Amino acid sequence: MASASLPDAPLLTSAKIVIAGGFGVGKTTCVASISEIPPINTEAWMTAASETVDRMDPGIDKKTTTVAMDFGRLTIGPDLVLYLFGTPGQPRFWPMWDDLCRGAVGALVLADTRNLAAAFPAVNYFEQDSDLPFVVCVNLFDGVLHHPLEEAREALALPAGVPLTACDARDPSSVARALLTVVEHTMSRTVRPTAGALAGR
Amino acid sequence: MTYWKVRPYVLTAGRTRTRQPLLVHTLVSVPHYDAVFASALLPEARTLYEHARRAARSVAELSAVCGMSLGVTRVVVDDLAATDRLLIHTDHHNVDFRLLERLRDGLRKLA
Repeated sequence: MASASLPDAPLLTSAKIVIAGGFGVGKTTCVASISEIPPINTEAWMTAASETVDRMDPGIDKKTTTVAMDFGRLTIGPDLVLYLFGTPGQPRFWPMWDDLCRGAVGALVLADTRNLAAAFPAVNYFEQDSDLPFVVCVNLFDGVLHHPLEEAREALALPAGVPLTACDARDPSSVARALLTVVEHTMSRTVRPTAGALAGR
Repeated sequence: MTYWKVRPYVLTAGRTRTRQPLLVHTLVSVPHYDAVFASALLPEARTLYEHARRAARSVAELSAVCGMSLGVTRVVVDDLAATDRLLIHTDHHNVDFRLLERLRDGLRKLA
C-alpha cells in the first residue's frame, strides 16, 4: 500500500463567506444563484405549528424556512473552493452563528428596504459580537431600489467603515459583485504581507 | 437520509470535541481508498468514508450527505483522520492576503 503521507491529489484550500440577514430576505436565493451545486440545506416545509413561531408577513410569499445549514459551493480555481453559508434566520438558531462564522473571510448581510428592521439583529451581531468584517447589501426585490442607499445606511445606523451595496440575489453576476465587495473589504482590513514575511515561507 | 439505529452519543462515545478544529468548510478527502478498511468500519463512518473518497468534501457537505449532525460528523472525521485514512486539508484560520487576492480575482471573473 502506498504511503498515506503522499496523497495523489494536491492539498486544496477552502474559504467561506457567511450570508446573513433576517428571515425571508433572500439568503437561500443568493446562495442558489451562484452555487455550482444545488444549495445543500435541511429546509423543511413550514407547518401550522411553526407559523406561530416564524411570523409570515402578508406580502412575503415564502413557504419554507431555513431550519439548519444552508450552503453552496463555488470553485474559484483548481485548488481553491469558496463555500457560502446562509445563517439560520430565526433568533433561536443564533448559537450556530459563532460556529458558522469561525474562519470565514467575511459576511454579507442582506437587507430588504421594505423591512429594514429584520436586518437589525444581523447587523448588531457583526457589530457587537463578532470580529468578522461585514458588508451590508440591499437585496433588490423585483430589481428595484426602493430607497436610496444613504437612507438605508442612516436607518440601519451603519458606521462609515461598513460598506453598503445593493444586489439582485437572483442574478449570479450581481451576487458575485456583492461577494467581491466582501473580499475587498476584508482585504482593506488585512495586513499586506511584507517581502520578508513572504521569503520566510 | 440515514436513519439512526443508535443514538448519536453511542457512535461518538459521548465525545463532542475533536483533536483538531474542524470548521464547517474544512475539506476532507481520502488519499488512498482501502476497501478492506472500509468494510470494517461502522455503517456511519463507512458512509462518510465512501463519500469523501469520490472528491474532497467539506465537513458540512459530509454532514448533509451522510445525514449526521455536524457534531457527530466532526467526531467521525476526526477518528478517521487519526488513522491517516482521511486527509484533512489544512485550514486558514487566519485568512491571509494571498488567499484574499485569489478569491478577489476569481470573483471578478464571475462579476
